Amino acid sequence: MRKLPNDLTIQKDNAKVAGQTFNNKLKQPIHESAKKHVTGEAIYIDDMPEWPNELHVATGKSTEAHADIVSINLEKVRAYPGVIDVIVQSDIPGEVDVSPVLSGDLLLAGDFVHYIGQPIFAVAATSFRAAKQAVELAEIEYKIREATLHPKESLARQEFVLPTHTISCGDVSAAMASAPRKIKSDLYIKGQEHFYLEGQISVATPTEDNGVVVYASSQHPAEVQKLVAKVLGVPVGQVLVEVRRMGGGFGGKESQAAVLGCMAAVLAIRNRRPVKYRMPRQDDMVQTGKRHDFWNSYEVGFSEEGEILSAEYDMVGKCGCTADLSDGVIDRAMFHADNAYFLPNARISGYRGKTHTVSNTAFRGFGGPKGVLLAETVVEEIACSVGKDALDIRKLNCYQDGKSKTPYGQEVDENVLLTLMEELEESSDYRARRSAIQAFNKQSPFVKKGLALTPVKFGISFTSKHLNQGGALVHIYTDGSVHVSHGGTEMGQGLYTKVAQIVAKTFGIDYQRVNVGSTRTDKVPNASPTAASAGTDLNGMAALDAAQTIKVRLQEFAMEHFGIAAEEFAIEDDTVSLAKETMSFPEFVKLAYMNRVSLSSTGFYKTPKIGYDRKAAKGRPFLYYANGAAVAEVVVDTFTGEYKVTQVDILHDVGASINSDIDIGQIEGAFVQGMGWLTSEELSWDEKGRITTNSPANYKIPTSADVPEKFNVKLFDRANSEESVYRSKAVGEPPLMLGISVWCALKDACAAMSDHTFSPPLSVPATPEAVFYSMQAAKEFSAGAVLNSEKSVKSL
Amino acid sequence: MKFVLNDELIEDNTLPSDFSALRYLREKRGLTGTKEGCGSGDCGACTLLVGALEEGELKYSTFNSCITPVQSLDGKHVVSVEYLSDADKLHPAQQAMVEHHGSQCGFCTPGIILSLASLYENSQASDKTIDRESVCDAISGNLCRCTGYRPIIDAGLSMGKESAWSSLADNTESVKAKLASLQGDAKAANNYFQPQTLAEFLTIKADHKDATLVAGGTDLMLENTQRFHDFGVLIDVSQINELTKIEDNGTQLTIGASVTYSELEQFSKTRYPHLYHLLERIASRQIRNRGTIGGNVANASPIADMPPILLAFDADIQIISLDGSQRTVSIHDFYQGYKQTVLTEGEGEVIASFTMDLATLADFHRFYKVSKRMEDDISSVMLATRFAVTEGKISDLRLAFGGMAATPIRAKKAEAALLNSDVNDEQALSNALAILKDELTPLSDMRASARYRSDMACNLVRKAWLELNGHSIPTFSGHPVSDASLGYELTSNTSQSAQQGGASHA
Repeated sequence: MRKLPNDLTIQKDNAKVAGQTFNNKLKQPIHESAKKHVTGEAIYIDDMPEWPNELHVATGKSTEAHADIVSINLEKVRAYPGVIDVIVQSDIPGEVDVSPVLSGDLLLAGDFVHYIGQPIFAVAATSFRAAKQAVELAEIEYKIREATLHPKESLARQEFVLPTHTISCGDVSAAMASAPRKIKSDLYIKGQEHFYLEGQISVATPTEDNGVVVYASSQHPAEVQKLVAKVLGVPVGQVLVEVRRMGGGFGGKESQAAVLGCMAAVLAIRNRRPVKYRMPRQDDMVQTGKRHDFWNSYEVGFSEEGEILSAEYDMVGKCGCTADLSDGVIDRAMFHADNAYFLPNARISGYRGKTHTVSNTAFRGFGGPKGVLLAETVVEEIACSVGKDALDIRKLNCYQDGKSKTPYGQEVDENVLLTLMEELEESSDYRARRSAIQAFNKQSPFVKKGLALTPVKFGISFTSKHLNQGGALVHIYTDGSVHVSHGGTEMGQGLYTKVAQIVAKTFGIDYQRVNVGSTRTDKVPNASPTAASAGTDLNGMAALDAAQTIKVRLQEFAMEHFGIAAEEFAIEDDTVSLAKETMSFPEFVKLAYMNRVSLSSTGFYKTPKIGYDRKAAKGRPFLYYANGAAVAEVVVDTFTGEYKVTQVDILHDVGASINSDIDIGQIEGAFVQGMGWLTSEELSWDEKGRITTNSPANYKIPTSADVPEKFNVKLFDRANSEESVYRSKAVGEPPLMLGISVWCALKDACAAMSDHTFSPPLSVPATPEAVFYSMQAAKEFSAGAVLNSEKSVKSL
Repeated sequence: MKFVLNDELIEDNTLPSDFSALRYLREKRGLTGTKEGCGSGDCGACTLLVGALEEGELKYSTFNSCITPVQSLDGKHVVSVEYLSDADKLHPAQQAMVEHHGSQCGFCTPGIILSLASLYENSQASDKTIDRESVCDAISGNLCRCTGYRPIIDAGLSMGKESAWSSLADNTESVKAKLASLQGDAKAANNYFQPQTLAEFLTIKADHKDATLVAGGTDLMLENTQRFHDFGVLIDVSQINELTKIEDNGTQLTIGASVTYSELEQFSKTRYPHLYHLLERIASRQIRNRGTIGGNVANASPIADMPPILLAFDADIQIISLDGSQRTVSIHDFYQGYKQTVLTEGEGEVIASFTMDLATLADFHRFYKVSKRMEDDISSVMLATRFAVTEGKISDLRLAFGGMAATPIRAKKAEAALLNSDVNDEQALSNALAILKDELTPLSDMRASARYRSDMACNLVRKAWLELNGHSIPTFSGHPVSDASLGYELTSNTSQSAQQGGASHA
């Protein structure tokens, strides 16, 4: 028997553990559900067995954008075969407001409606078809009011869902007045439909004591739980929400999935039957919010070399009829209006425009893309004005030593953007391709090529400080298997896989031992939404914390039991080392259990260092920035404006990657989604406020044929300088903005029609029609037709 | 209705006529691997395989189960994702998708697996190698919102390289035996009829005068899935022998009304490459496997792509009435107004076939489709044009459009302005385009503005005219482009391409 160490307590040091990195050379786990996906075994909510008495929901929708409801006659609806229950607002037992943060989102409309598609009443029927057929029989009389349908109208009428916020630095007016060159213009950016393949859905089952279990396809189960409790008028603890997986989320299921859970829960409790509310695709496209449209006006002053001296941006977001998450969305648009570029003097104002349209919501990038696109438009136009390659303007203005403070005061201190851009410039052979394209365009009368390299710098952390927390629960069972629960949800991004990897690495055991279970509100309470790219950062760190707590207990047990020193204990490569002895992990765990060691722990994490003073509009909203850049090359048909993306090269910074295959999947997927937003995906509304792109027949997300054949994606291999989980970086949203390279390349190809003497306006999205008229504008500029026209970009 | 579902013989005569295959699998059989993404045949999450015996061989093709009446699958082998794996063994499509990280959220994955499995099985059977274009073709109707497709394409390209075990190949003989056992069974359903001959069709139609006709159902079924309309009796014309043939009698080409796009695609691949390339741009692989030429024409949509082609070739339409009598109507007289044709319901008229002169088909022709997306999109504007040139003059021409009016339409005034002009007379072209701008007044909608449609009509005619004059101009499609395909550093050969009507783009 050896001498016992004097002190058997070990200090838990998460930072030290998390400061290591994953070895990317090793083969990494595939997505935890990959085999279940390909065999069809993965269960989504609509795949769960139905009870014989299960009811199905459909809602009766407003046909007016803004109106008072004069009368509702639902007699025929109630009489329709199969209809079991019909509810209006007054039938909701608890509160009717289901807003995520503020107020105004009503589960069912009351006296008035404020968008076309707003639910007015709900039907529960024995079949989905009966419910859908019944709701058509309602007779609703409206008194129509004037509707605001466009953010330009919101601004003119000063109709906002929330107050305007402004960020500024330096002396904008003085710098603008003395700037040698100026550009003043505006850009209208259309929104985007999420088009998650699995539509919105929830199933609610009543439990004893008037509680309810809700199976939701939601990025924010804690909020579904809270809102279900609210509409039922019961304590939050009586509601259980479970999310195993979503068939895609992209932000569309952050706040707006809750409505389905709430509706199903109300009807389940009233009828004491399980209730499923599944939105068919058309309802989903009409009734749920999208990416915000933005109307951005800008004035920039710059030097003869193209260095930005002053910038004034007015950004009006189309929030729709309520606030939803718009405050954060517009803030993030403002925080990203600089993108990768230093603005010594700037004023950035963000307006929360109210319109009588569906309330717009979170969408991958959360406002950021609208800021980044503005920044990239500005550099493209400066380049044209000073007659340089846009890449030179980008590099000139890029954050670097001496040019590192953002307009809101946070330092961009990692200093990687310029290096990253230069590395990509080199690896993509940008300069040689630029020359080749110029030669091609000179010779080619019918098709023109375009090229652009665009960077992205994306701030990581929720801008609402309190959301930057994560929780986890880790158990080890006596056979050495490990079960992890955490507050994050799986929507395809590979969060469960990464968290399992983190727990396995923290314990030092084989990945196969770790199972991540469904996300449940009774396992981890009060969790933040899986959003802001922060899923792994927050939940991974919380899981690491829980695993560390247990590991320290195991170490203390080993020290006491075997009489060894702290450093003589280790778990590596799935083997427990105890001084000179080794033991298998299951054996050791069994021993710990027999010696009454707790093998379960919660874990918690809160992001350090962050804080933004909204009053001063200064602070550090983000723990760090994720960076990347893309080069896109396009070819355009001058007869029609049709185009092909022929090559894309991406270099993206994910810190020290936890799983490079999953990270590359996120980068490629986000890029294509961003490209879709800026090219073929066009939302369209008629003059009454009705969305006319209400189906995949008329709203076109990219197909495999739209993806370039040459599509090279590389990770920028560099550990995060901040203490993130295993020095990785968030990856969900930032690469979406790399799709902007395609839009800029199209703009470049259009500018070729004027031999780059003019940067023609290009609408967003750049449909073939938009590209065609952009080319026409360039052609006409060349011909002198629109010289001095008010619509053209003025270069002074 | 009897069919083989995976390895099970199914007999069910209790279903509504319009009950979809997707609902049947999910709701009646508990096979939830097949997903509903849109219910309108636009996303491919519900893709299944249907296998049928062709000359003794089992041939599989994909279809959208959400808009396919399950009773239309009578006598077939229907394959869902559940059939493809066996315990730990995965089909090459599944294995490759796992290895290439081809799934993220997984919801579109089963549909993609079936599209890739179809490609794999057919390439095995025909000994063809799988290239990028064939993968993109196979999944042209499968939307994925997560991956950006790159890993899916890579998976498609590597199928069979790791493991070549296939449940489909393994079970071919037992499936053939099961299918054989279905042959000759009298059909017991009383709300869905699938006649095999014209005579049989006429008898059934006489007994069910109010019945709705369905072929591929790729448009009709949207009434059921999007507007929740319940159909009564359906008569399926897709299997009528006389209507499913493509015949060349030496002077004329006859295309049966129930010929699918895919069948016409195969037929035209080498003979009529311009037609082939246009067909590739119509809808998706899944839809082209079901949708018929007759359906596209009879549906009378102003944005359909086949009618302008038939207008350009002066096609004749053979129409059969309930009493068995036939009449022939020129395509030029077929459309009467928005969604209106000369077909009379009372007479129970149905399109039998389309006939075109081979001589006309040999004229210079071009078809251009403009849409927001290359694959699976509806035309904003479509031009089908044909020029005959005699002694340096345009001796005959057709300018036929989709998306420019309430019906598929010819621009007769613009045609007249070009008729008898010198083939290279630019002034005549300019005059014709000015006339064209006034002649057709399209609408604005979510697909395109009226202005763009007008400008496109003119530009497409200009493009065709330039091609007629020997310019080599690329037309983009779902296929990748290269500098060679863009005609870069290639000199055009005027006489050659002007004379060869069927020549493909350089």
